[in-house]
Amino acid sequence: MTASLVRRAALAAAAVLVAPAMASCSLLNPPDLVVYNAQHEELITEIVPLFEEKTGLDVELRNGKDLEMANQIVAEGEESPADVFLTENSPAMSIVDNAGLFAPVSEEALAPIPEQYVPSSKNWTGILARSTVAMYNTDALTAEDMPESILDFADPEWKGRVGFSPTGADFQAIVSAVLATEGEEATAEWLAGLKENGVVLQNNLVVLQSVNAGDVDAGIAYHYYWYRDQAEAGENSSSSALHFFGDQDPGAFLSVSGAGVLASSEHAENAQQFVEFLTSTDGQQAMADSYALEYPLNPEASLGDEVKPFDELEPPVIDIATLNGPQVTELMTEAGLL
Amino acid sequence: MLLAGAAVALLALVPLIFIAVYAVLVGPVEAWHLVVRPRMGQLLWNTLSLAGACMATCAALGVALAFLVERTDLPARRLWHGLLVAPLAVPAFVNGYAWVSLDRSVHGFGGALLVITLSYYPLVYLPAVAALRGLDPALEEASWSLGHSRWLSFWRVVLPQLRPALLGGVLLVGLHLLAEFGALQLLRYPTFTTAIYDQYGSTFNGQAATMMAGVLVFFCLLLLLAELRLRGRRHYARVGQGAARRAIPVRLRGLRLPMVAVPTAIAALAVGVPTYALVHWLLVGASTEFPLAELTEATASTLVLATLGAVATTLLALPVAWLAVRYRSRLTTAIERITYVPNALPGIVVGLALVIASLRLAPVTYQTALLLVIAYAILFLPRAVVSVRAGLEQAPVVLEQVAHSLGTGSLATARRVTLPLIAPSIGAGAALVFLAVATELTATLMLSPIGTRTLATQFWSASSDLRYGAAAPYALLLVLISVPATVLLMRQERLQP
Repeated sequence: MTASLVRRAALAAAAVLVAPAMASCSLLNPPDLVVYNAQHEELITEIVPLFEEKTGLDVELRNGKDLEMANQIVAEGEESPADVFLTENSPAMSIVDNAGLFAPVSEEALAPIPEQYVPSSKNWTGILARSTVAMYNTDALTAEDMPESILDFADPEWKGRVGFSPTGADFQAIVSAVLATEGEEATAEWLAGLKENGVVLQNNLVVLQSVNAGDVDAGIAYHYYWYRDQAEAGENSSSSALHFFGDQDPGAFLSVSGAGVLASSEHAENAQQFVEFLTSTDGQQAMADSYALEYPLNPEASLGDEVKPFDELEPPVIDIATLNGPQVTELMTEAGLL
Repeated sequence: MLLAGAAVALLALVPLIFIAVYAVLVGPVEAWHLVVRPRMGQLLWNTLSLAGACMATCAALGVALAFLVERTDLPARRLWHGLLVAPLAVPAFVNGYAWVSLDRSVHGFGGALLVITLSYYPLVYLPAVAALRGLDPALEEASWSLGHSRWLSFWRVVLPQLRPALLGGVLLVGLHLLAEFGALQLLRYPTFTTAIYDQYGSTFNGQAATMMAGVLVFFCLLLLLAELRLRGRRHYARVGQGAARRAIPVRLRGLRLPMVAVPTAIAALAVGVPTYALVHWLLVGASTEFPLAELTEATASTLVLATLGAVATTLLALPVAWLAVRYRSRLTTAIERITYVPNALPGIVVGLALVIASLRLAPVTYQTALLLVIAYAILFLPRAVVSVRAGLEQAPVVLEQVAHSLGTGSLATARRVTLPLIAPSIGAGAALVFLAVATELTATLMLSPIGTRTLATQFWSASSDLRYGAAAPYALLLVLISVPATVLLMRQERLQP
């Protein structure tokens, strides 16, 4: 037994010696650019190789969620290894911007993007947009049954019938739009209604799946979840349809995905180059052509016609820099949704 | 030795210190406000009811199965033993994924109880088997000769002897459950740990999350105290093997074949269902793919991290267990117990504490493998400590004293007498830690060096996007690399007298 113990110990020792050697591989080749990525991992891992090919730079991703990564960058401060921060929604960009951790985005990166998708600080830029929608199960409901405003889901008639994912940054961005357009009191009331009525689901894909399966009659999410599923096999969307809110309702909120360069970046030039690529016609068209089906913001790029055209959306007019993440989290914690 | 033990305890206290400092910074009024909000009530009920139910079902199932396999004339007992330990190789979140992906209705309390029981019962079963095997049948026979029935003897003689094993196992079930994240998130059963994760996703180091972690620590302390009280101060070691014979198996008679249905059913549910789900998704999943380079890379980083974690954690566990058994005092027991506390903390809380601590105190270590291994050690110390302690308790101190009296020095005694006696326990402890690290998710996500992907993080990324097919190869690899450690644990039981 002692002999086998010795052999086992020797094996363990060998592993210990090999391990740092393996771990140091990444130390010996530090990346040229570190991206904290809160956008869909699948999309960015599709886009990064194009940039690497074009520039010969080596990009590493750290993946996470919007507000988690924004607050992580704030906690890291000057020590942050991040060069670029990408998000799905803009409130997370504002958190980093308000902490004064962004460097201004280069003129070249901003040039192709219409100014309503860039904050007045010009410290980050919008890269993609997504529209809020309601999905409904077509066996349970028709288009006429859908409410005119997203606020109506707080009414008692929707009790137990509407699914949503309050823990996701997407839904929290929608709440920030309600907060910006309707004010704090109305938002708190709406959240209380949803807490009472709503069925809490893990993420937007589960919302789509649950609506389609008829577990809930309707659900709140972004447009592309449904379109992506349609573009594949329609496995989770065959018995459901989309309802776009109109007339500048907060339910028609257009959420902007952002990109920014950290002031503490050790690869600032590469970082600016990456953001320039993301807003360039090439980069934007590549994202539009991907599986993602989010709206590109560079007018030169266009999304396929299977998705409701960008100019037919009727979003509320909101200054994107005012969308407030922390206050939303507080309101949602208060409402018992977090 | 005492210094080393104290240092380990201090390391284990880092997350607690973090929570305490945070609570002070938040201020008592605000902290209290966060603790008593309505959401806490719901989480409290969810967490405690599930923990209570799982501890009860695991205890009952674990002891019953152990008795059936170890003390009856059930046919093919060795086969059943293997199958009943096998669920250890299936991480709870893979089990949850298997059930949810096959049947979406396994949500909520019922589903959580089912999946968690099937994943955790071996934590009671294994020590119960070991204890039954090590038990001198003469004690029972004495009880029979005094006129007690078999059943009464079981209650009065066997069960009390099983007490350390049973309580230790149940304690582990409770602590695991408090910290369980992946499976419960997939099963949509919100507990403190999943709520902390949700809060973290919105705030990183938010106040509400830290207060919830504080409440969780409180329950962990309650569990530890309860176990300490129930375990009592008895000594269970005996010198020599005595007459090393097997207990006379209980004759099942007419029930012999029908009883086979019991382990069959458990094995089918605990191993069969995940196996079926994996095969199903590997073969028919729409998103199934085999990206070889990524699979290899994830497997390599998982193996390296798990090995480093197992070695580091076991080394740290040695002084703690040694002190607790050989120098039992209030202080050493406290040191041992302190190392248990982080086990009930979600990986995310330990991760966050280390993020903040490293950024403030030693920024060079931030996002390095070193910090991640420290996190693993903090999280999984109890597994190694429990195992090593059990080994030390059964290694008679008299043998060490004899060695001393014959002029052998302390170090030589440790090497030539104690170490060979407790080697299987050390191995078992290291194996348990290896299993835990290989399947750790949240701390890994948070602390890993940039670009590091493990099987668990890749599996999680795919399965939370409902890409069940893409998740399947990672799940399969997770199971496969858990098999050797599971086999080691299984064989370890055979080594014992």
